[in-house]
Amino acid sequence: MTDAATPSGVKKTSFFKALEIDTRLLGMIVVFALICLAFDIKTDGRFLTARNIFNLSIQTVSVAIMATGMVFVIVMRHIDLSVGAVLAMCSAVMGVSQVWILPQTLGLGIGHPLTAPITIVAGLATGTLIGALNGWLVGYQRVPAFIVTLGGLLIWRNFGWYMSDGQTLGPLDQHFMLFGGIEGTLGTTVSWALGVLFSAGAVWALWRARAARIQHEFPVKPIWAEVTMMGIAVAAIMGLIATYNAYEMPIGRLKRMFAERGEVMPEGFSAAYGMPISVLILVIVAIGMTVIARRTRLGRYIFAAGGNPDAAELSGINTRLLTVKVFALMGFLCGLSAVVAQARLSNHANDIGTLDELRVIAAAVIGGTALAGGIGTIYGAILGAVIMQSLQSGMAMVNVDAPFQNIVVGAVLVLAVWIDIQYRKRTGEKV
Amino acid sequence: MSNRGTPLVELRDISIAFGGIKAVDHVTVDLYPGEVVGLLGHNGAGKSTLIKCLSGAYQMDAGEIRINGEKAEIHNPRDARKYNIETIYQTLALADNLDAASNLFLGRELVTPMGFVDDAQMEAETRKIMGRLNPNFRKFKEPVKALSGGQRQSVAIARAVYFNAKILIMDEPTAALGPHETQMVAELIQELKAQGLGIFLIEHDIHNVMKLCDRASVMKNGQLVGTVNVNEVTDEDILGMIILGKKPEEAAG
Repeated sequence: MTDAATPSGVKKTSFFKALEIDTRLLGMIVVFALICLAFDIKTDGRFLTARNIFNLSIQTVSVAIMATGMVFVIVMRHIDLSVGAVLAMCSAVMGVSQVWILPQTLGLGIGHPLTAPITIVAGLATGTLIGALNGWLVGYQRVPAFIVTLGGLLIWRNFGWYMSDGQTLGPLDQHFMLFGGIEGTLGTTVSWALGVLFSAGAVWALWRARAARIQHEFPVKPIWAEVTMMGIAVAAIMGLIATYNAYEMPIGRLKRMFAERGEVMPEGFSAAYGMPISVLILVIVAIGMTVIARRTRLGRYIFAAGGNPDAAELSGINTRLLTVKVFALMGFLCGLSAVVAQARLSNHANDIGTLDELRVIAAAVIGGTALAGGIGTIYGAILGAVIMQSLQSGMAMVNVDAPFQNIVVGAVLVLAVWIDIQYRKRTGEKV
Repeated sequence: MSNRGTPLVELRDISIAFGGIKAVDHVTVDLYPGEVVGLLGHNGAGKSTLIKCLSGAYQMDAGEIRINGEKAEIHNPRDARKYNIETIYQTLALADNLDAASNLFLGRELVTPMGFVDDAQMEAETRKIMGRLNPNFRKFKEPVKALSGGQRQSVAIARAVYFNAKILIMDEPTAALGPHETQMVAELIQELKAQGLGIFLIEHDIHNVMKLCDRASVMKNGQLVGTVNVNEVTDEDILGMIILGKKPEEAAG
């Protein structure tokens, strides 16, 4: 009760302070931009091409989807070491489903329209059930998450191995393949339309938040700052869409597409890929998870339980059931990642998602999720995944030796956490 | 204080043991509307444990709780809240990473018609109640870990007061406070009492007990030493009960 009253109309000096951008996010964006620029210079402009950005995106999706779930798990002071293995298990279920059971055992044949939906539901259900089991063991049986999921790391990949007899399963259903990336893109028109839709959504969300604050007579940031934020959001969205729409399909592929429809490609015809469906899935997951984190009771309870489990319990929150929900959500996202990863690789192999648990945890941590619990953001985790994938792809492009690539990624992980701790010390937060 | 009518709360013959140690051993206390009952005793005497049976944090092994004369089933903190029992814990039980409004409404969030949490509305309500309890409070946007001890305390108190508690449990509410803030809590207790709330006050400071409480129940080693009307005894009588574990029959007449 000693704090001096800060008058609400006080003029804020710093430009970024007025924008109220999370400084941690700003730092990550700067680091990401530097990484991109460095690789672009080193590769004579091959890094920041539409083609490479497209490829980077579809390589990132699988880890990024799981990283959003890992944020919730880590925020609740738990960990999930089994996500790579669960992904492999879900992939095995879906591989067996669409290569053996549905076309052969049930006699639907190749290319039946129901194959992909049934397969995907089976994969998502598998992931959700395994996650719920993990959550039950952690929440109700009080086995530490580290142990439960360390066990799961050994168990689930090998369950998948048994189901698939260790075989590589393929070819996959043609509709299922749409979720992999290059095989399933939305084309330029739909991509532009989605870009406009997302831009409008972003502007509307910012404006509505401001309106709500004005309605309650809370201080708001100056209108120019608000407009600047809207401009940045729209530019980022439309820039990404423009990049996807600039990546043109190879002539051979276009000719094949026309040939499949029994037509001949007109002279001088060209078409671009547009936004990959897998990236759209990631965007939807990101929005959904952010809404859960910020705007639902579930999300509020996850953060409360992570900040102070006793307080959450004393507030009448059923933290055990909450643990089950969080792990089940994590499992569901593993299933979704399995769809994307399997379709991208166009088959199920038993080593799918190997070491993904470490990439996913690293992405969440680089993105500012604190292992002590209570702190973490969805966008941070996704940006963390993008930064890691950019590093890895970039180093491969400039021919860094494979062992050295891992050394760098490992060092970046430790460095990111160290910087985060220094940052929190500077801002006076308890570490 | 004359014991009139039906008590607001009766804790009858409550027992609870942890691994063979009887933390609370057949204790009976009651509380009337508009009354402050102090719970006193050394650390480990069983005061907090007893009160946690009422707030739903612990489940008693034996005994019964009656609210307004009727048997109450309290198995968890949610049940306690249904009976309008609010608790200010010694630890404050705040989620440090959340802001004041999120803590105040934790477990009872205000939601929009769509079912989303209504942060703006909750902040508005928080500003209203804090304007009454602690007008200097400004840090509505920061996580509560950025607040001082007194500010954190006022968030915990606001949470207990906001939801129209009928029964209030305060576990050493002034332990972390300076003299000015302690005075504010004392005034608040008088105000709530006047509104007809019943308050269980766990307190170590004997002067606060003499000033704030109508009756005092003293515990030692899990057992109830006795309950006295504060205006009929001296602070030394009460200290004697705490230290010796004996009721001052002579002094009380």
